[in-house]
Amino acid sequence: MQSTRRRFGAKVLGAALALAFTAGVQAQETIKIGVLAALEGPFAAGGQDCMRGAELALLQKGGMAGGKKIQFIKGSSDATPDKAVNATRKLVEQDKVQIMIGPLSGDEGIAVKNYSKTQPNITFINGSSGAQATTLMDPSPNFYRFHTEGAQWMVGLGEHALSKGCKKMYLIAEDYGFPYSQVQGFMASYCAKGGKVVGKSWVPLGTKDYSSVIAKIPSNIDALLVVLGGSDAVNFLTQYEQTGGDLPLVGGTITVDQTVLNFKGKRRESLVGTPSAGPMADSLDTPEWKKFVADYKANFKDGFPSPSLFAYLYYVSTRAALEGLDAVKGDLSGNQANYRAALQKLSFKGPAGDVKIDKNRNGIGTTFITEVVKNADGSLANKVIKVIPNITQTLGLSEAEFKKMGLGSRDVPNCP
Amino acid sequence: MSAPAWRRAMNTPVGTLTAPGVQAMPFERPGHAPLALGQRLRAIRPRHLIVLAALLIYPWVATPFFTFQIGGQALVLGLIALSLTFLAGYGGMVSLAQMTVAGIAGYCVAIFGDSSVSQISLGWAWPWVLLMAIAVAVLVSAVIGWLSVRTEGIYTIMITLAIGVAFYYLCVQNYTLFNGHAGFHHITTPQVLDVAWRDPVPYYYLALFWAMAGYFLITYLLRAPFGLALQGIRDNARRMNALGFNVTAHRVAAYAVSGLLAGVGGVLLAYYNGLVTPGTVNTGALINILIIAVLGGMRHPIGPFVGAVVFVLMQTFGIDLASQLFGDWARERFNLVIGMVFLLIVLFSPDGLLGWWTQLRARLRPSGGAGRSIPAAAPH
Repeated sequence: MQSTRRRFGAKVLGAALALAFTAGVQAQETIKIGVLAALEGPFAAGGQDCMRGAELALLQKGGMAGGKKIQFIKGSSDATPDKAVNATRKLVEQDKVQIMIGPLSGDEGIAVKNYSKTQPNITFINGSSGAQATTLMDPSPNFYRFHTEGAQWMVGLGEHALSKGCKKMYLIAEDYGFPYSQVQGFMASYCAKGGKVVGKSWVPLGTKDYSSVIAKIPSNIDALLVVLGGSDAVNFLTQYEQTGGDLPLVGGTITVDQTVLNFKGKRRESLVGTPSAGPMADSLDTPEWKKFVADYKANFKDGFPSPSLFAYLYYVSTRAALEGLDAVKGDLSGNQANYRAALQKLSFKGPAGDVKIDKNRNGIGTTFITEVVKNADGSLANKVIKVIPNITQTLGLSEAEFKKMGLGSRDVPNCP
Repeated sequence: MSAPAWRRAMNTPVGTLTAPGVQAMPFERPGHAPLALGQRLRAIRPRHLIVLAALLIYPWVATPFFTFQIGGQALVLGLIALSLTFLAGYGGMVSLAQMTVAGIAGYCVAIFGDSSVSQISLGWAWPWVLLMAIAVAVLVSAVIGWLSVRTEGIYTIMITLAIGVAFYYLCVQNYTLFNGHAGFHHITTPQVLDVAWRDPVPYYYLALFWAMAGYFLITYLLRAPFGLALQGIRDNARRMNALGFNVTAHRVAAYAVSGLLAGVGGVLLAYYNGLVTPGTVNTGALINILIIAVLGGMRHPIGPFVGAVVFVLMQTFGIDLASQLFGDWARERFNLVIGMVFLLIVLFSPDGLLGWWTQLRARLRPSGGAGRSIPAAAPH
């Protein structure tokens, strides 16, 4: 009796020890990465594509990085900063992720960056949020952004517009951070080279009626600069057509993307030739891009016809996190010091150009100038006209010159 | 109103004037209000002490995450929802603008105090900032009340929703005062007593203190003449008017009291998030407060806190629950699961979670607790 009990006790102890041991081994072999995107709210569709982009980066590596198994823990926000910080805090403090990827939109990014300062042992990698201030103002030593942001995406478009003879323009854009950055990226070089933006109309996000804006467009201009996205862009273009407007357009990064080009109407034809710019282009002709699109299509039957901007940005961010792990062979010891050194030095060829970061840990990357063309089957697409590599966050200016101009806002820059 | 309907209304006993099938709202001890201290102490039951002890010990057993994000957040949201429970459960006025009032207090903290937007923030000393924030919240709430008390039922909801949405758009588009879409970041807690008030444990006790203060204020008010008159107005405004009570003044005063609670909650929420943006007061946030109040139950001031705990737990862990229940694909559709849980609670108990407690007690004590003098079904 006594011996049976002792044997049983020994067995339990052995089992517990074995369990503790395997748990310890498992903890070493699996690295937890939190992925946060807006799966609710206005960006829900884009948020799902973010997740596809992140998953694709992991799938391409067979679910491993640095010799360790990678486990994604997904979180969701609704594109408000409060929710983004709550969801990030849950992933970091409750689920104990070691690396955090996200969030999606600009103001969320600033809030998560501020939170990252309270968690110095975790490495934060931005998902797709593109506020300039995140890395320019008061940067956090453990917050990285491997892609470029809204202002960088418009660099070179100003010169291109001038070369097409657009010397005087009128601006119509949504009234928040992302379009401010986009307009700054355009106007910084456009104004410097002698272009004039004679007036600006800032409309609230989600505006349905543009008649008062259209009535204000002056007659003595060469083209319109339109920085609107999604349904706002479609509504504006439709109403501009109905009022008989016929000025050429220059578009922001999300003004004439695939979602907008698919809309029906006469105005559609007149979009042919509209220039715009962005960090990627659907019709890019490099083998890296083609492989990226093919992998996306093969893995996500429920996805978009071609990866969206969100999928691309999350893909780049996630891939950077994984390449960094490869470089240090999965070693996150010493409060991730080695890992961060590896991230800082990281440089790889992404689907659309080289990926690397500057001393503020913000991406230095490529921008593609595109123009809308009509395909043989009658559909519209963006064709790459010019490729501008190595764009820094200060838009090619020195840091002092850039600081003098200030971050993009309603009134910065200005050249009426 | 036709003559027979008028007669029927006048002859219906107080408290049963609600639609058929709906249980009458509780009426706090009429007559002996407010209670003397001795009576109050005798009303304390073991479960009250257990709850108090659990609340005080909680941060010492929970992880910092549970202390701050679950505990702290639930107490603050519960306090804001309490302001709605007071208005709706005891005043019969469902206001969707409670989060707006809380948001205004939060914006005041940023505008009069310190934030990342130095060209707007005035940088006053913290006592003035807090005083101003609460005063503005009370004032705004009273004005909202004054605008909406002449309406009833669904129209009150509509008018307060309109005010809430209008304030949201004002915040999004105004740059001179509210800093537009970006709002205010870097809102820090004041340096008082050398305590880092935003650390999990101090923040939890701060929130607990104000939540309990709000709770006891409301339980006191409900037994005071003001609260009794308010409940009378809820049940039959016409009769109260005939008795000589100024119905409008009582209702506006109720809004002012709710503004005080929502204002304190809003200040705490701004400290909790460390920021205030239009996202704090968007339509979703306005409705969340109503969800919390309904989920917990409007028959007792403890309801909104119970509701807030469940709400915050679901918001935080709903995404894990979804993938546990339905596999990994459900992770991206977790709101469906959250909605289902809320639906189940309200479906099986129209009185929210407090209703479950009442049903449970009724079942455990089949005689119906004959010795109790309180007609209300809710626990005290």
